[in-house]
Amino acid sequence: MHPILRLVLQRLGLGLLLLLAASALIFGLTEILPGDAAQAILGQSATPESLANLREEMGLNRPAFTRYVEWLGGIVTGDMGTALTNKLPIGEQVARRMSSTLFLAFWAAIISVPLAILLGLIAVRYQNRWPDKLISGITLASISLPEFMIAYILVFFFAVKLFWAPSFASVSPGMPLLDQLHAISLPVAVLTLVVLAHMMRMTRAAILNVMQSAYIETAELKGLTTFTVIRKHAFPNAIAPIVNVVMINLAYLVVGVVVVEVVFAYPGMGQYLVDAVVKRDVPVVLACGVIFAAVYIILNIVADVVSILANPRLRHPK
Amino acid sequence: MTTPLLQVRGLKIGATVYPPGEKPHDIEIVHGVDFDLEAGKVLGLIGESGAGKSTIGLATMSYGRGGVELTGGTVKVNGRDVISASARDIRRLRGAEVTYVSQSAAASFNPAKRIMEQVIEAAVFQGKFSKSDAEQRARDLFAKLGLPDPNNIGNRYPHQVSGGQLQRCMTALALCPEPDLVVFDEPTTALDVTTQIDVLKAIKDAIRDTGVAALYITHDLAVVAQVSDHIMVLRMGEMVEYGTTDQIINAPKEEYTQALVSVRSITHEEKQPTEPVLRVENITARYKGTNFDVLHNVNVDLSPGQTLAVVGESGSGKSTLARVITGLLPPRDGTITFAGRTLTPDQPSRSLEDLRELQMIYQMADTAMNPRQTVGTIIGRPLEFYFGLKGAEKQNRIQELLDEIELGSGFQDRYPAELSGGQKQRVCIARALAAKPKLIICDEVTSALDPLVADGILKLLLNLQKIEDVAYLFITHDLATVRAIADSIAVMYQGRVQRYGTKSEVLTPPFDDYTDLLLSSVPEMKLGWLEDVIANRKMESAGN
Repeated sequence: MHPILRLVLQRLGLGLLLLLAASALIFGLTEILPGDAAQAILGQSATPESLANLREEMGLNRPAFTRYVEWLGGIVTGDMGTALTNKLPIGEQVARRMSSTLFLAFWAAIISVPLAILLGLIAVRYQNRWPDKLISGITLASISLPEFMIAYILVFFFAVKLFWAPSFASVSPGMPLLDQLHAISLPVAVLTLVVLAHMMRMTRAAILNVMQSAYIETAELKGLTTFTVIRKHAFPNAIAPIVNVVMINLAYLVVGVVVVEVVFAYPGMGQYLVDAVVKRDVPVVLACGVIFAAVYIILNIVADVVSILANPRLRHPK
Repeated sequence: MTTPLLQVRGLKIGATVYPPGEKPHDIEIVHGVDFDLEAGKVLGLIGESGAGKSTIGLATMSYGRGGVELTGGTVKVNGRDVISASARDIRRLRGAEVTYVSQSAAASFNPAKRIMEQVIEAAVFQGKFSKSDAEQRARDLFAKLGLPDPNNIGNRYPHQVSGGQLQRCMTALALCPEPDLVVFDEPTTALDVTTQIDVLKAIKDAIRDTGVAALYITHDLAVVAQVSDHIMVLRMGEMVEYGTTDQIINAPKEEYTQALVSVRSITHEEKQPTEPVLRVENITARYKGTNFDVLHNVNVDLSPGQTLAVVGESGSGKSTLARVITGLLPPRDGTITFAGRTLTPDQPSRSLEDLRELQMIYQMADTAMNPRQTVGTIIGRPLEFYFGLKGAEKQNRIQELLDEIELGSGFQDRYPAELSGGQKQRVCIARALAAKPKLIICDEVTSALDPLVADGILKLLLNLQKIEDVAYLFITHDLATVRAIADSIAVMYQGRVQRYGTKSEVLTPPFDDYTDLLLSSVPEMKLGWLEDVIANRKMESAGN
């Protein structure tokens, strides 16, 4: 078997194991929280008898392990159960919410990743001169401000003062793409500002590290222009660390956008999770938790695989 | 008279240094050097590290490493000064008129790109050849340089060819754009002695066939004598002597040149073997996770107070043998007897006494010392650990050891970064001696040092051997060192002891083919040696 294929399969296997462990952890943590679904449903009207009856009815007094296996079996076959609060199947809800979140994350990524890498390349080209300092200053300032702060500042200027963009990101299925993009322009801008600095700094550091190598000197002594040296000789060798940090930020765009979604009242996964936590809707919390874990693990596997593919020693063994 | 290809006048080169604990300041590293080089000729630049030879070589491309700056004088290539040239003109010079071959081709090739792409890059970028013409030219050069499968080797990645092959590819890279001048910066220094000779021959033929001029930078006078027309000897940024190769080798005028030319000044009376302090019997070993042995049935003895030199190319198993003896790599089979005791295979289970009596000195003194500890702390540590010395007693012993390694009393409070390469290695020797060992394993301890400094270290080691009666297992690839200090020699080849005995036995013919190859490959300071030795070879070297 080709060593790359073996490494990739190994990573996939490890990812599955990790996901299993994460699901057990999430399930275990919701178990040790005080109160259960029965209590949440009955609320004030709970009496010991009604609680016992409901638990019997919902199967909550069976051992935790049995319930975990049942729940896991459901997840694997695509059945995430039903929400306690509105009795709707969780799967449908998640599908709708997830597509909204992915839509937002996709556009934020499309803008922020190339921009961060380009800014990183420019920062290296003008290292320690004003373009580098300006880029670092602005991106560090934007990462240092809390995201709700950036969000409200943008809303104040672009929605309230200038009327350029709506302050509520309401997107409905029938809207034309351009209208949808207009609706989400502010949340996308906030997310871009939040993830830009991390990726740009990492790109800069990774390339600067490579710039110390002897083969960069060889390239300079060929009379290549500095930007050609960076693009053709430094960047290909800095891909692995850059992809890693890009993937972490992409994961953040999917699972870490709770605050931004709440500020802009955007109907994504983040809001769904917050609502469920408030209402003690344990099955929904569990489903969201597993999905978030899966997103993180999948993106990290992608980063690992890209790092492996970027290494010529693994791609072309002796 | 026509203008020479390269004309250097009053070249001064400076750099900003950042010494620990002091303010950064500017120093001058080359103090006004003049020379000419005519088209098609080869000039050898020779000197120890710090002599400024690489710096001068790179100055012809208007390039300064790190904070190095060209501060004065002129460097004219084809009649145009490159120091005052614009950035644009400098870019047109580099990779077109002047090209560069570095010491380590392995580090100088981009690991992420195929060899061919890198070899033709400058020629195509500078508009000298079209892509297909450049590729054809590269294939011709690969063939001329004796690379195997010249039509396809360019499709490989740098890690897919051997070190000797990559160094030839680097030469092809430099010759591909049809430059007027090539700067060779120690191109064979990192290679094994048997590989060096083939690469040297390939470079020499390529220079002759293409009619290119070359600056050949090296610290090895015997090597430069084989390829250059003229030689310039440099020391601490100044020219010591300039002359034809014949004159420098056979009739050096300056004292410093004479010191460089005279082969090692050490004489050592060979001792006869006695009851051994170290006995290595039938050792077979392999690394974890591999399925082949790197040592096969190795047997050697070492007598107390004597030196056993273990020689061979890289990959022959010399350092692995040291790892087995120290217990870092437990062998699969065989026993090691030390001072009459059988050593346990793995290091953690050995007694304190076994650990104390078997010390080690490494090639890189730099990385073998904690940069945050003073010399006193470094040497004092084994005194506390093995003998429980404290306070004044410990200080006195540290001072004694510093005296033994010929460093003064001011050295206790210095940090490794404040020492020269030779001084660092001396501190490592003192640290090993502090344990009062019966045996010290010396792993290539002089390989990273300049010849004259290395000479000093070897003299010190021999001297200490007389005083302390310590035995050395001396691992090296340098046969001149072996001749200078060994009592007995083990020649290793592909994990086996190829030839073993007292020094006079091993170095007296008849030789087996490998020992013959190894001995004949050591460059000799003699014109025409290279051609003679290639013509008389019985066996191909393995490394290429």
